[in-house]
Amino acid sequence: MATMIERIKVMLGSEPQKPTEFSPEAKEWHAMKRMNKADFEALKEHARQHNLVTHKWRNRRWAVLLVANLLFTFSFWLDIQMLEGALTASRFVGFHLIDLNSALQVMLAHKHIIVNLFIGTATVFFLWVLLGGRSFCSWVCPYHLVAEWFEWLHLKLVDKKLVSDRQFHRGARTVFWVLFSVLALVSGYTIFETLSPTGILSRALIYGPSLALGWVLLLLLFEVFYSRRAWCRYVCPIGLTYGMVGTLSPVRIMYRLEHCFHEGDCKKVCLVPHVLDMVVKGRAEHTHVPVGPDCTRCGLCVDVCPSGALQFDVKGLSKML
Amino acid sequence: MSDQADNGDDDDLKPPPGAQRPKAPVRKAANRRKFIRTAALTCGVVGLSLAGWMPVAQAHKKRLRPPGALEEHDFLSSCIKCGQCVQVCPVAAIKLADIDEGFGIGVPYIDAREQACDFSCDAVQCILACPTGALTYKKPGFLKLRDGMKMAKDPVLKAKAKDAEPTLNLKERIGVARLARPDACLAVRGEGFKGQARGAAFKGRMRYMDVDRWKPVPVKDHPYERDVCDLCVTECPIQDAIRLEAFTGPDGLKKYRPVVLEQCVGCGVCEMICPVEPTAIVVDIRKEWKEA
Repeated sequence: MATMIERIKVMLGSEPQKPTEFSPEAKEWHAMKRMNKADFEALKEHARQHNLVTHKWRNRRWAVLLVANLLFTFSFWLDIQMLEGALTASRFVGFHLIDLNSALQVMLAHKHIIVNLFIGTATVFFLWVLLGGRSFCSWVCPYHLVAEWFEWLHLKLVDKKLVSDRQFHRGARTVFWVLFSVLALVSGYTIFETLSPTGILSRALIYGPSLALGWVLLLLLFEVFYSRRAWCRYVCPIGLTYGMVGTLSPVRIMYRLEHCFHEGDCKKVCLVPHVLDMVVKGRAEHTHVPVGPDCTRCGLCVDVCPSGALQFDVKGLSKML
Repeated sequence: MSDQADNGDDDDLKPPPGAQRPKAPVRKAANRRKFIRTAALTCGVVGLSLAGWMPVAQAHKKRLRPPGALEEHDFLSSCIKCGQCVQVCPVAAIKLADIDEGFGIGVPYIDAREQACDFSCDAVQCILACPTGALTYKKPGFLKLRDGMKMAKDPVLKAKAKDAEPTLNLKERIGVARLARPDACLAVRGEGFKGQARGAAFKGRMRYMDVDRWKPVPVKDHPYERDVCDLCVTECPIQDAIRLEAFTGPDGLKKYRPVVLEQCVGCGVCEMICPVEPTAIVVDIRKEWKEA
């Protein structure tokens, strides 16, 4: 429980703390990695050589994301009534689905919850408890995908030393979440929706282009030239809403100390590298450490890890298999 | 959010276990810059989002909302901006507002002159589709209704007049039609009308019972021929919402004038079909009914 509270604090913006206590097995591993330096290096080289660079999870994820979003589009265009609506609220073959953050904004602003709104919100809540909270971000949110493409550009420019990534305090997102909730409650308007690139992109994909896409482009340029993935990392309250849901989720990435050579490739590709603090040499308190709720379960670290130290894991299920 | 302040005056003492190392001046300066940057980001994003209030406050574009819409402020707060109402409308009358309408982004509206709601779905499908009750058959008790918004009698849909249940499930109007430019009105001028009501380029559609009850057709494919123009009266989908009244003009000739009645729901079909440019009859958006 204490570790979960610690992970939630990290999600809300605090820095990961170095653990003070280690399990005996973890202690043993840490000590072993320090002692046999030559063996360790040899094993590392071995793992490197046998590493197949794959984009398995990224490709799966992009496919799911595109299918999910285009299902909305084609459902409307071809009038097949499969998935009607937009990401903010929809009906999947008749069942109400309502985005948790949009629902929260509407509930706070309007202060009246009708049955369909409740049903849709509850359905989506349980869906993302099962599927991993912030996996909504990386597996469904259309802005995430576009931002990933622009991130590639940002990293190229960083490589050439043309731009640098200026970081913000991660606690800003918590402040935004509270501010937008209070603003909705007080003003009676769903203020966040005015700027939400998730809603804007989803609607543009279904109902056609809008002026609002200009704002999304500005955001992307900000991320390319000023701060890497700034919206998702420091602003978007949707991410935090789903992150909270993710605290309950059995689907997560599992870190396995015995396979790790502490090279840090995973942190370089990660949208939320603070959740991967345990990969730093000597930080893992147990031999297996689940990655915290701020993780979007995007699988980039799983793809990039040369030695398979990071893997998808379903609580309870993996032990049975 | 605040970083823990470090005291630099006990350098010679050993820090207690678990204490943080005092931060180097460079690190402190970097943290300060980061804090200022973050504060700027917070103000910037919140400021920008609040700017969305301006178009709403100025009622920059006063929009006709779909039938069953709550009062404007409640409508904006309860609408989840999903467009399910857009998807079910058989005549594609409903559009979603853009970011220039601020908080109204993604909220549905109807441009009646381009494509009015002619209730060709019979059941007010958009209300049925709305997941949050922003469009609703029955308003919740705590929301006040302005006088003159509630229909005195359930509106009868002409298309369903012969059905067992001829009324439209709509309790409140969304506006009231008004003859805004009587001088331009063909009936008032004593003129008839022949041809396509809105020209060959007009994309609007309407349900004509004599063509197909379930399939709206383009207005341009349905030309008219009238000795006295009465399109706003005959094409009105609601019974007893508008009628033609005879009067004697200053030239001593018999002329007609469309008169809007209390059953008008404000759907805007009259505005769409009016063949003069710009339209002689308009819907006053969200206007309550008042006895003349």
